[in-house]
Amino acid sequence: MSIGLLALQGDFREHRATLRRFGIEALEVRLPQQLAAVSHLIIPGGESTTIGRLLTRYALVEPLRARAGHDLAIWGTCAGAIILARELRDTKHGGQPTLGLMDITLRRNAFGSQLDSFEAPINAPVLGPTPLPGVFIRAPRFESLGPKVQALATLPDGEVVAARQGRLMATTFHPELTDDDRVHRYFLEL
Amino acid sequence: MEKSTWKTRVGLAQMLKGGVIMDVVTPEQARIAEEAGAVAVMALERVPADIRAQGGVARMSDPELILAIKEAVTIPVMAKVRIGHFVEAQILEALGIDYIDESEVLTPADEEHHINKHKFQIPFVCGCKNIGEGLRRVAEGAAMLRTKGEAGTGNVVEAVRHARTVYSEVRRLQSMNEDELFVYAKNIQAPYELVRQVAETGSLPVVNFAAGGIATPADAALMMQLGVDGLFVGSGIFKSGDPQQRARAIVEATTYYNDPAIIAKVSKGLGEAMVGIEINQIPAEQLMAQRGW
Repeated sequence: MSIGLLALQGDFREHRATLRRFGIEALEVRLPQQLAAVSHLIIPGGESTTIGRLLTRYALVEPLRARAGHDLAIWGTCAGAIILARELRDTKHGGQPTLGLMDITLRRNAFGSQLDSFEAPINAPVLGPTPLPGVFIRAPRFESLGPKVQALATLPDGEVVAARQGRLMATTFHPELTDDDRVHRYFLEL
Repeated sequence: MEKSTWKTRVGLAQMLKGGVIMDVVTPEQARIAEEAGAVAVMALERVPADIRAQGGVARMSDPELILAIKEAVTIPVMAKVRIGHFVEAQILEALGIDYIDESEVLTPADEEHHINKHKFQIPFVCGCKNIGEGLRRVAEGAAMLRTKGEAGTGNVVEAVRHARTVYSEVRRLQSMNEDELFVYAKNIQAPYELVRQVAETGSLPVVNFAAGGIATPADAALMMQLGVDGLFVGSGIFKSGDPQQRARAIVEATTYYNDPAIIAKVSKGLGEAMVGIEINQIPAEQLMAQRGW
């Protein structure tokens, strides 16, 4: 098993710090040959328009699509979830590239501006009874989940904030900004 | 649910890391910046090079312009207020933009006090030349820092000086014992608790970008290799010959800052860079980096 962090832009160093806590040294992935060396890939939080543009420009889209879900597990946090989604609402003017790997529809910046960014407890039964600390920053919202997609976690009002489709996982919050590493451990088992 | 916490304010800056924040003066420029891969835009009436050339008092931009730019893009929008002008900050908070830059590029409104940023829900970024100044801003509530450089010059020398100063001070702090940290905190006029935190973690308490004079992909990669988390590019893009291509090249050089072959490739055929100014040709009272205390 070899863990990669898509290091085009965003908070990949925070993910690296979390993984280090349980002795895993993750590889930074910016080019196709670096991607070839990993079995698990985390797409971090950041700006989805920036990450999407660089993915296309540096020929990462095709190798990602070819391997995703088969010999490559992928987890996207926030912007990373947007990159994984099949359909987007409120994209930038003229649309924006995504990998379109998970059968989910996400609405970008769906809670409002930065002033509406928030923290709230998250229920994730697969990770045990203790709620996860949820940090939501200009977060997207799940608008729909396809038939093969399983909801993993919800806000107290029942809104889905994490989902899984086989070896692909999307969270609209940021476990890497908290001390709770259960989502990272769960991903390593994927 | 708790809105706009310290964690979400610092967190947005963490999401901007490894990215480029571009100064724009129209909604069209904002679209070009977003298309080129900017992680955020700074909405302004005049870029620093024009503020420098035209002189006069530089103030917060017209809210109408800031809102038009906010409408044009989906990435975060920042705007500048004068140092100490907390009412300009109240206005920007009421507009619901994403980040405020309490900036030396505008004419200071208060020669003693910076804004008490703890009183706001909206996050602030502030400039610094050294670690003492940076930690004073964090103590006042800044959720993000940027080294000042010298805005509107197209000359990277001051940005390099300030980044080198900050990170060499971080390294020096790590080698000090507690007795020395007390004295150091006193000498740099920064709160002891923050000084101790930097000494223990070996990093600044918030994200730190570079700003002020970055004009080429090579400048961008230079600052990233010196250790900053990302970049503000002001006049360097829209004062150049081909803003679209230069913006894309600076974004790519910021991601691939450790890959000289890629930096070489993106640096080709960019057309004219903005006209640069020698720092020693600028009268001392017109140096922006000296504003702020």
